[in-house]
This record gives sequence, C-alpha cells and structure tokens, in this order.
Amino acid sequence: MAPSFLEIGIEADRRWQGLIAGERPWIRIGTALCGEAAGAFEVAAATESALESQGVAAEVSRVGCLGLCFAEPLLDVQLPGGHRIFYSNVDAEKVGEIVSSHVAGGTPVKSLALGYLPQEGSDEPLPEGIPDLNQHPMRVWENRIALRNAGNIDPLDIYQYVANGGYQALHKTLTNLSRAETLEEVKASGLRGRGGAAFPTATKWSFLAGNPAPEKYVLCNCEEGDPGAFNDKNILESDPNTLLEGVIIAGYATGASKGYIFIRHGHDGPIERCRAAVRQAKELGLLGENIMGSDFSYDVEVALTGDSYVAGEETALMEAIEGKRAMPRFRPPFPAQVGLFGKPTNINNVKTLAYVPEIVSKGGKWFADIGHDTSTGTAILCLSGSLNYTGMVEVPLGINLKDVIFEAAGGMRNGKALKLLQTGGPLGGVLGADSVDILLDFEVLRAAGAIMGSGGIIAADETACVVDLTRSLIAFCQYESCGKCFPCRMGMSHLLEVLERICRLEGTDEDLSLMRTIGENMQAGSLCGHGQLGFNPVSSALRYFGSEFETHIVDRTCPTGTCSLPRYSPVASRR
Amino acid sequence: MSGLEQRIHAAVHGQAQPTVTVLSSLLAVEDELGYLPKEAVEFVANFSDTTVNDVWAVASFYPNFRFVPPTEHVVEVCWGASCHVVGAMAAFRSVLEAAGMEAEGDRPDNRVAVKLNTCLGACSQAPVMSMDHHLAGRITPESAAKNVARLLEQDGHGA
Repeated sequence: MAPSFLEIGIEADRRWQGLIAGERPWIRIGTALCGEAAGAFEVAAATESALESQGVAAEVSRVGCLGLCFAEPLLDVQLPGGHRIFYSNVDAEKVGEIVSSHVAGGTPVKSLALGYLPQEGSDEPLPEGIPDLNQHPMRVWENRIALRNAGNIDPLDIYQYVANGGYQALHKTLTNLSRAETLEEVKASGLRGRGGAAFPTATKWSFLAGNPAPEKYVLCNCEEGDPGAFNDKNILESDPNTLLEGVIIAGYATGASKGYIFIRHGHDGPIERCRAAVRQAKELGLLGENIMGSDFSYDVEVALTGDSYVAGEETALMEAIEGKRAMPRFRPPFPAQVGLFGKPTNINNVKTLAYVPEIVSKGGKWFADIGHDTSTGTAILCLSGSLNYTGMVEVPLGINLKDVIFEAAGGMRNGKALKLLQTGGPLGGVLGADSVDILLDFEVLRAAGAIMGSGGIIAADETACVVDLTRSLIAFCQYESCGKCFPCRMGMSHLLEVLERICRLEGTDEDLSLMRTIGENMQAGSLCGHGQLGFNPVSSALRYFGSEFETHIVDRTCPTGTCSLPRYSPVASRR
Repeated sequence: MSGLEQRIHAAVHGQAQPTVTVLSSLLAVEDELGYLPKEAVEFVANFSDTTVNDVWAVASFYPNFRFVPPTEHVVEVCWGASCHVVGAMAAFRSVLEAAGMEAEGDRPDNRVAVKLNTCLGACSQAPVMSMDHHLAGRITPESAAKNVARLLEQDGHGA
C-alpha cells in the first residue's frame, strides 16, 4: 500500500535535511541541455573522480538549469548547514581546486566564484568577498514561480520536490477543493496559455469540464520545436514534478481520466526525467487509482513524436499520438468535443501547467496580482543570440523588454549594437532595435507585430543581415510545412525562392509585392497557424527593415556582406 | 526468423508504454536498428493490422527516420535562428570540409553522416553541434572542425 502524504512528507524532509545539513558537503551540477552543451557531464565525471582521488566524501547531484546558461558548466558547493557558492564555466582543472580547497578544506575559491545564494535557516555568516548571486543582473528582475525549483533539486528524485512544497497543491485540491472550486482558482489567476495563443486557461478547461463524457484527456504539449525556445524542455529537465502535478490537477479540475505528456523523440534528457517522475509518483500513490485516498483516479503517459514542428499544433499533436502523420485536423469539431482517439480533450503548454501548483497553493488572486493588466503572472523567456548573458529568466509580465535585453541579459556581446530581436519562434516576427522599448504584455507585443509565442527571444547584432535571417526563418517554415494545405506547402516554397533570389542580389522590383500576395493567400487558405502565421517573419522584417530589402534589390548590395557567404538548408523535407 | 527480424520483433513487442501505435512502433525499431528496413515496415503493418502503404506514409513523413543502415557516426549542426545569427552557417561549412563532403548526407564510405538539425535545444549555447548525439556549444569553425576530426580519429582509422 502506498504511504500517506504525511508519511511521504516526513521522509522527504528527513532526506532533504540530510542533504543540506548532514555530514557531507553537497555539490550540485547543472545538467540540462544547456549544461550538456557546455560540457557539464564531463565536469560531473571529473568531480566524482577528483573526490575519489583526493579521498573526499561529498554528495554529488545532477540538477537542472538555474537559468544562468552563459555560466555553464555551473557547479555549486553547499557545506553542511551553509550557503550555496556557485562556480561558473567550470572545467576539470577548476574542479580539482574547488574540491581540495572548498569541499575538503572548507575555504571557498573566491577567484573562481560567480556568487552565493543565501540559504534560509542557515546560521553561517554570508561569505565575504563573493557577490550575492541574487544581485546578478539576470536574477534581480526575476520572480520564479514555475522555475522555483529549477537548478535547486535533483529532477530524478521526487522526494526533493516534496521537501520543497511539492504535491501540497494536489493534496489541498483533493482534500479541500471541489472540481468547480479548483477551476475557479485558476480563473481568478487570469492565467493565459503560454504556448503562443494566450487563450484564458480556465475557459479552455471549462469546455472540457462541461463535457459529461466518461473518458476525457488532458494533453501537455512539449513538442517545442521552436528554435530559440527551450523553456518547456528545460522545465521537464529541471523540475518534471512541477509539470506532472499541474497535469494531475488539470485532470481533476476537468474531470479527465488520463493525461498525456507529449515530447519529441530524441530529447532524451526531458523524456527520461519526465518518465522517472511519472514512475515515482505512481509508486508513492500520487498518480493512479484513488490518488491520496480520494475517489480521483488518473493516469499519465509520456508519448513521443517524430521530428515535426507542426506536431506542436494541437490537432496535429493528437494525430501524432494516434500514430499518424502530424497533420492538423479541421475544426469544428473542437478538441473539447472530439479530440484524441475521438474523446474530449484539453491541450495545454508545459509552462501553463507548470504554474498551476503554485496558483492552487497560493491562490488565484496572488498570481493575478503579478503581471500587467490581463497579462497576469510571469513570462519565462529564453534569451539567446549575441547577448552577454544568454539563458532563461522568469520575469513578471509588464516589465519593459529593453530592461530584459540591456539589463537582465547584459546587452550585446563584444560592444556591438543591437540590430533586431526575433521573438515568438519562426512564425513570430522580428522587432527593430528602435522598438524594444515596449512592455512585455501579450496585447502590446502583438500590436507591435512581435508575438510572445513560446517566450524565445533571439538578439542579433549589427553584423546580421535581415534578408538572410528572414530567408533562414522561411527555410525553416518551408522545411516544416506538413504539406496538407497547398497555400502553405507551395507558398512557403515560393517565398523561399523569392528570398533566395533577393539574397543572391538578383531580386526584382515586383518581388516585395509578390511576397505580400503569397503571404495573403497563405493566411487565407491554410488550416493551421503554420500557414496562417508563416508570413509573419517576412511582413515584420519588411515593416522594420524595408529599406534593407530595397538595398538588396535596387542597389544589388548586402550591407553586412552576409549574403555573399555560402548558405545551407536541409536536403530532406516532407514531400 | 533472421537476426534482423528477431530484433524488429523484440523492439516492437518490447514497448513499455500503454499507447502503442504505428509511429511508436517505428520509433522503437529506429531506436533499436538506427534505421527502418523494409522488413520493419512490413512487420509494423502486420502488427498494427494496417497496410504497408499506410506505414510508409507515417515513416516518410518524419525526417528522423532513415531507410538505409546508419553510418558509424552522425554529426549534426543546428540551423535554428539562434544558431544562425551567431555563425551556424560558417560552422556547418567547416564541418563539411572536415568531413571531406560537399553537402549534407551520408559519406560514401559510411563512416559519417553530416546533417542540419532544426533545433538541438541548447539555444543559449549557440551555435550548437552534436557528435553522435553529444552536444557541444559555442562552437567556432575551428572548434567544429576539430570536433569532427577527433570523432573520426577516435576509432583509430584516421579521417
């Protein structure tokens, strides 16, 4: 028989105290995809061998991402009962020094330290000569809700999640709240979908809740193929239980019988960590029959898709789970009536569901008080491109985008000037440098032609060519068009052909109006967002950088010289 | 059953998740063999009680499926916008040169395949490449070429 939630909590606290205030120092290493790309697995192995060769005992955990990806590999040491001290851009050599001086000798290596994070309840004095990491530009703007545990806990250990308040929202829901009251809490939060459409989550849930069918599904979409967005994968890698708890609460509120978490095949880190969370939750009775002794029974399965960007579209996603080509369906009927395997279905993005446990715990009003206007809560932004501090930040909606770029992300690398931001994924748009003084708000951004999308923000400096970037975005959209609707399938190919011509400095006077005509047809004649929004990169680029296109066409010059360099696009595509 | 057929059988029947479909079965075979031989397409058609045609429709849709045996190594370079704006094209060119290739695809001696990937998911470390699914970030044309050379030299028969 599964233990009671009280027993789980006691065991979790016992284990957690053993980690933070036990006999041995605790070393945590960030090993999300960003860490892996910087060499975190080599650093973890080097740490373990340094401990062994120096005969030092310590606990080593592979945690997720703290958001400071620019500093990866990021390793921190917490002496028993002490504060966490972080070391950035660690390599095997630095590990040797950190282990001998700090882990074994108790003296932090100040010259290598990025900063410290003060630990609640620690009696130790704050380290001297090391900066407070909470004062780092990337952290001062933050309000971490969905990311509250990221980088702090071992994602493969459900007890660490429980020790940090995990599954208390589910417990509160199942013992104190009716389905309607749970829905009401989410409604009060004003939470809107974070997958791109920003549709009110409670309204979407109420469609499913109102359907009396006995078998209903909740789908969590972690297809996330957007170049520049990695927050969904990162949540699964850093704190999969936050998402899982959200998926379970969504199932309860909507009366669903099963949940699916949908991830792209090949993203092994997110898949393994998510599957481990599901397995452990089942073992502890937090998932399955009569959860926490209630009459609510619910299962969650991790399903995989092949490589397909369009599989992130909600109806194409259902086709892929059913094992077919990921092509969108006609609507109506809408998923809440006829969805996965013909059953009523609700689809939410990872970030949306990851907020739910905290909304339930702290109340909808608490969440609604964060943010701006009808854009409540936080935005989880992925900062990439030529920025000084690349990574992931969770900031309240309503702050100024220029503060994100020039303060939190530390501005542009190598003293270069910002030229443009590409936001919202390949179907989003570009925003000229003069227009970044703008509030992070779903409506404000949309009006500027740069949607929030999934939260990806790519910054390009003055050396980037906007025509070349637009060509690259359309090459992606063309490659990823599923081929179902010919305005999208042929329109993307035709747009790419025109953009290639402009890049070769062979564009004609008609090319800009030709692209607009193609774009209008794609928008009018496509079934899903891929074709409907697929002209966004071109239209926004023309809006902010029309003269640069004209320079290519009329003066036969690429001002940055980019267009004279070789260009590559993938050979294979869906035919 | 031949050895190949046995492996296909084991992969398809060994799926642990409750929802087993044409796509999940093909992914299981791809994981086991690194490609989809025609025997696998036929097996999955029988197993799923559908036609070879319908299975091919799914297999040919997703570009992660290969239909010829895998090369010894796979090198991928990300060409998403994050990587593009910080030099992915130059890095890809350098990878092709280091592998002695003109364009994306399998090298004729089957030692390495070079591919563009739509997004490797580590955008904050752009530009990113992967060697046999192991990520490396902040690459330059020089480091990318070195990575390829090291990969091809590691099993001792030179680039």
